[in-house]
Amino acid sequence: MQTAEFAPWEDPQQKPLIRFQNVTKRFGEFTAIHDLSLDIFEREFFALLGPSGCGKTTMMRMLGGFETPTEGRIELAGQDIGPVPPNKRATNMMFQSYALFPHLSVWDNIAFGLRRDKKSKEQVAARVEEMLKLTRLEKFSRRKPHQISGGQRQRVALARSLAKAPKLLLLDEPLGALDKKLRQDTQFELMDIQETTGTTFVIVTHDQEEAMTVASRVAVMDEGRLMQVATPARIYETPESVYVADFIGDVNIVHGKATASGKEQYRIDWSDTLPPLTATSAKPFSDGQDCHLAIRPEKVAISTERPEAADNVVQGTVHDIAYLGNLSTYHVALPGGTIIKAQTANTRRISRRHITWEDPVWLSWTATAGVLLAE
Amino acid sequence: MRLSWFNVVSLTLGFAFLYIPMVILVIFSFNESKLVTVWAGFSTKWYGELVQNEAFLNAAWVTVKVAVFSSTLATVLGTMAAYVLIRGGRFLGRTLFSGMIYAPLVMPEVITGLSLLLLFIGLGLDRGVLTVVLAHTTFSMCYVSVVVSSRLATFDRSLEEAALDLGCSPMEAFRLVTLPIIAPAVISGWLLAFTLSLDDLVIASFTTGPSATTLPIKIFSAVRLGVSPEINALSTIMIAIVTVGVITASLISKRSLVRQKKDEQQAIRTQ
Repeated sequence: MQTAEFAPWEDPQQKPLIRFQNVTKRFGEFTAIHDLSLDIFEREFFALLGPSGCGKTTMMRMLGGFETPTEGRIELAGQDIGPVPPNKRATNMMFQSYALFPHLSVWDNIAFGLRRDKKSKEQVAARVEEMLKLTRLEKFSRRKPHQISGGQRQRVALARSLAKAPKLLLLDEPLGALDKKLRQDTQFELMDIQETTGTTFVIVTHDQEEAMTVASRVAVMDEGRLMQVATPARIYETPESVYVADFIGDVNIVHGKATASGKEQYRIDWSDTLPPLTATSAKPFSDGQDCHLAIRPEKVAISTERPEAADNVVQGTVHDIAYLGNLSTYHVALPGGTIIKAQTANTRRISRRHITWEDPVWLSWTATAGVLLAE
Repeated sequence: MRLSWFNVVSLTLGFAFLYIPMVILVIFSFNESKLVTVWAGFSTKWYGELVQNEAFLNAAWVTVKVAVFSSTLATVLGTMAAYVLIRGGRFLGRTLFSGMIYAPLVMPEVITGLSLLLLFIGLGLDRGVLTVVLAHTTFSMCYVSVVVSSRLATFDRSLEEAALDLGCSPMEAFRLVTLPIIAPAVISGWLLAFTLSLDDLVIASFTTGPSATTLPIKIFSAVRLGVSPEINALSTIMIAIVTVGVITASLISKRSLVRQKKDEQQAIRTQ
């Protein structure tokens, strides 16, 4: 829940809290991170998103101090943190396995970091109580980690990592072990806590919905490279590559050749038998250039009769229907065999679901519905 | 489940083979008669006489001293070795070192004893309690190392990283997090080393001097002059101590394993 004006990445005056400068990390022959540069700003909730093995966890472990970059430099608040060991860094990490100390009570787990700082007994106690309250764990403070539920353990881990009021909190797949319902609730809790404490959060996740929900900005990674860094809405609506479009959400990708047909408008020849498509693009394409048109299923309308004014219209037969309760996705086979997905919201409880398998249907979308991508 | 007659027979044979000699020894330790092989009624008088026997009591005291010191030393060294081998990552010669830690397990005791003897003579060390302690430390350390490293191998590494992350130096992380968690394995390693030291004859007889006669040596030399019921009584006591030690060691490691399993299951259930 970021306010509209929170966009420090668009302000060139802002100094980033974290700066990756041409960072490369190799493990023997394997290059985990490829010459990567990235700025993360104070109070951001930044998500590193990608499939397993994309290097997102390595990025986080370099921030925590558990790995050092092979080349390049990582700055935290303007200081090179390369040589600083994890116990001397103003960062704290919430581990994927939570890593709660099994021999200590919830209270002592949260107090653990504070005691290392040689704080007085009263200070430690006050801070622990504050954290217990923040994470609603007051009732469980005397229990051991194995005597509480998974969701409670997740909150203990969060409280423990926040107790020292770090400049930067790292969260490694923090909700991976929770079931879907609890995960969604916890996502909102995390966002609230992030806002209340004003801490900068960097979260690693492979769950794109999670990244979209919680983050102010998302970095999509693949094979040690940043594919795109932008707000969730931009990532979703204006992906810069087929990879990002495909990784985030559901998408139809149509491969064709672009020809300019007006101002920022292109004709896409994609089939020998079917009429060309029309799409707009601010990015220029030369005539005859290979292109991919990415259209989200919810932007494709489905109807039993030919729609009148529409920029793009194709006809096909319903191949499959995925009913998700709130949404239905229709897989429509076009004459050439291409499958286009169209999604509609089931806004009425008892509607006449008049479209069914093998029905001939019309699909339509506007020229601005899709994104034209070069690769 | 009922065992088939074949299984019953093989089980009986196996256990008879293992335990009949010891059972006979224990029974005859309660024999009234001075003759070891003739039963003349139940009595505990040999236990009473044992308590009066200064030489045996001295030997027992030496044995306990040696066992406590050597098992403590072996536990410290064995835990350190296990920690480095499991946590040290891939350093040059790691495979060689881990092989070498376990080699004494299969080394003939005579060879270990002889080589230690040669070392002590070479160093000019007077043979006595100190040399026996060192020798016992040498051979029991690898047992501790095996027990502790098997626990460390299943230890979630992120616990240590979390301790570092929260401001611990590596030493503090070990003391405050690693050690309390692996404590059951360390304790059972200590007990194992203790019982091994308690009943060792071969290595002790190579490395000991006249001032430090351990119980097994005392028993062995006494038996050469003829088996007395007193020896039976003493041996029975030793069997009891070793049994208690071994059972405690295995109970401790088993209990912590069971608890760990239970925690894991609970974790899965409550998610």
